[in-house]
Amino acid sequence: MSISTSIWVWMAALLTLMVYSFLYKDNPFYRLAEHIFMGLSLGYTLTILWYNYIIPRVYEPLFLPPHQWSLIFPILLGIMTFGIFSKKYSWLIKYPLAFYVGGYAGLRIPLLLQSWIIRQVEASFLTPDKFTSLMSSINAILIFAGLFATLIYFYFSKKREHGFGAAAQVGIVFIMVAFGAAFGYTVMARISLLIGRMQFLIHDWLGIM
Amino acid sequence: MGFWQRFLQLDRKWIFLGIAIVVIIPLIKPIGLPIKPTKPVIDLFTYIDTLGPESGPVMVVTGFDPSTMPELMPMEQALLRHCLTKGIPVISFGGLYPAYIGMAKMAIDEVSADFPDKKYGEDYVFLGFIPGVSAVILSIGIDIATTFGNDYYGTPIDSLPMLRGVKNYSDISLVVDVSGTSTPEYWLMYAQERYGVNIGVACTAVSAPAYYAFLQSGQFVGMMGGMKGAAEYEELMARKGYPTGRRNATIGMDSQSLAHLLIILLIILGNAGYFIVRRGERRRGIIRRKR
Amino acid sequence: MRRRLPVIIAFGIGFAMLIQYFIPHPRSEEFYNVIVQQWFIIIYAFMYIFALRSFFMHHITKVKKKKEGYIFSAVAMVSVLFMLLSGLITSRGPFFDSLYNYMIAPLQGTMFSLLAFFIASAAFRAFRARNVQATLLLVTATIVMIGRVPIGDYLWRGMPDLVEWIMTVPSMAAMRGIRIGVGLGAVATAMKIMLGIERSYMGGE
Repeated sequence: MSISTSIWVWMAALLTLMVYSFLYKDNPFYRLAEHIFMGLSLGYTLTILWYNYIIPRVYEPLFLPPHQWSLIFPILLGIMTFGIFSKKYSWLIKYPLAFYVGGYAGLRIPLLLQSWIIRQVEASFLTPDKFTSLMSSINAILIFAGLFATLIYFYFSKKREHGFGAAAQVGIVFIMVAFGAAFGYTVMARISLLIGRMQFLIHDWLGIM
Repeated sequence: MGFWQRFLQLDRKWIFLGIAIVVIIPLIKPIGLPIKPTKPVIDLFTYIDTLGPESGPVMVVTGFDPSTMPELMPMEQALLRHCLTKGIPVISFGGLYPAYIGMAKMAIDEVSADFPDKKYGEDYVFLGFIPGVSAVILSIGIDIATTFGNDYYGTPIDSLPMLRGVKNYSDISLVVDVSGTSTPEYWLMYAQERYGVNIGVACTAVSAPAYYAFLQSGQFVGMMGGMKGAAEYEELMARKGYPTGRRNATIGMDSQSLAHLLIILLIILGNAGYFIVRRGERRRGIIRRKR
Repeated sequence: MRRRLPVIIAFGIGFAMLIQYFIPHPRSEEFYNVIVQQWFIIIYAFMYIFALRSFFMHHITKVKKKKEGYIFSAVAMVSVLFMLLSGLITSRGPFFDSLYNYMIAPLQGTMFSLLAFFIASAAFRAFRARNVQATLLLVTATIVMIGRVPIGDYLWRGMPDLVEWIMTVPSMAAMRGIRIGVGLGAVATAMKIMLGIERSYMGGE
């Protein structure tokens, strides 16, 4: 066992323990750590924006040769977002938002249709190449049936009776299996986060591992 | 109050302690359970393993912040190690949000230190953050140099030997998004659907179930999901004799196993207690009615 | 006009970006390049102003009015300035990197790792098999939790394959159905934004 002698590691360990003190109960140490984090991370974001964006993408193209004066227009549109700071001029922000959100809406439509809908439906079709073995055939039929039943379950505009109701019931079975799997994976994810921090405390700080 | 009623009201601090114990003990005294790679991870590994120094670069996109570091940092480091070992040119892209660039720098600094023979600018490059998210993904498809201008250190893209002749996605072999959010869906929509570049995913366990649909349709070439996925990739690296570093994900798997068993036990005990107490209450209800 | 012009802008640029996808002409590509590489990227960066505004407004108000916990608000604002100055003075040098690696990263990582404790507590207190559907969910979750870790393979060789089958067949089928539904909804929302039916993103008057 060799405890770290780095002041940075000790700082990180102290902050880690301050946050974990919340497990006992809410206390000033936890709140202090929380607010330090909020401030530092915003400061970090601003610094990155300054170096990675404002200097190379706004200042240099405008004020250093070769001057890209065409950037004035999008920059002016961006400056309109500052209108949010004033009650009198807050309406200005609608223009950049309309441009950005509207533009993206149009851009997304064909890409969404293609990647999320058409390709997914295409992959579900029962084509001959999916019937190469008994297991692959069963799987292909189950996938098709499960997809169909799930879509029926989420269709609320028709009364759930007779065959439609039965299909919706099948759909709920598939959905519950999916949610159960998602829950299992979520537990895995949360535990992993704890393992990472414990690895730091045990290995990097205390030098036990 | 009966035993089960008292048990169901167990102070949660005891549960917290239990979780801490089952996580800490295997880290100090490992069990060493074997890791079995699964198909999605094997597919991703194999795809990268077939590439070489003459292939187009692999773009490793850092899409996570410290909140998901334990799951995703081992993945990113394994990917970087794999590419550098095989001599595949690597573009480490610092990500679509400002919080990710610190993680990217951490990964590239740690891994490059283990490969002193690899030269920055020739074997790997590190591109910084540009705001715009989807716009950046689309813009890379037009022209990488115009999108970024300089690398993270301020060096003009045009002067980096590795990126000469790499204009956009058509010159890139694979984009792997190491993501703690839904950014793989953006890469799918804006990079793959629009420009046809191959996409691999390394994601948290929370996101993984939803991406199986894209794996099955062939839209993703492969996937690492969660810390287990990272451990599987490390195992595949070890089997091939590639340098693996500390194998942080593999080390954590024993703790993961015991923690899962504890949670399953808690679910079983919680439900057992619930049904026993409920049955007792029902019986008392029947007895009261008879009187 | 204040209400109508933004809607016209949204429709105009949205429609232009939509039809651009189907027009391979060089002028169309040039239009797309300029809009994406310049306009979208530049406008997006200015939106980070929102984060600044809400942060400082909240904490300055707290300090001014000396509300409960105002000391912590002062700490938060000092931390912003400290980090910003560290980055600017050292030009994102090693000290700045160390602040990120040894303060921001551990703090954020630890805060999220608290979830592991709470999910364990919730597993004991709240996850009940009250009906058939909940039982199915819990049974699936249990199988996945055991099968996705090495101990599952140790207990039964077929466990990882069973979990892989669950993920690639029944779970994937339902997830795909949900994804298609969400995709259709997203397309409908995009159409509504373009046509000016959906205007909530613009805020109030």
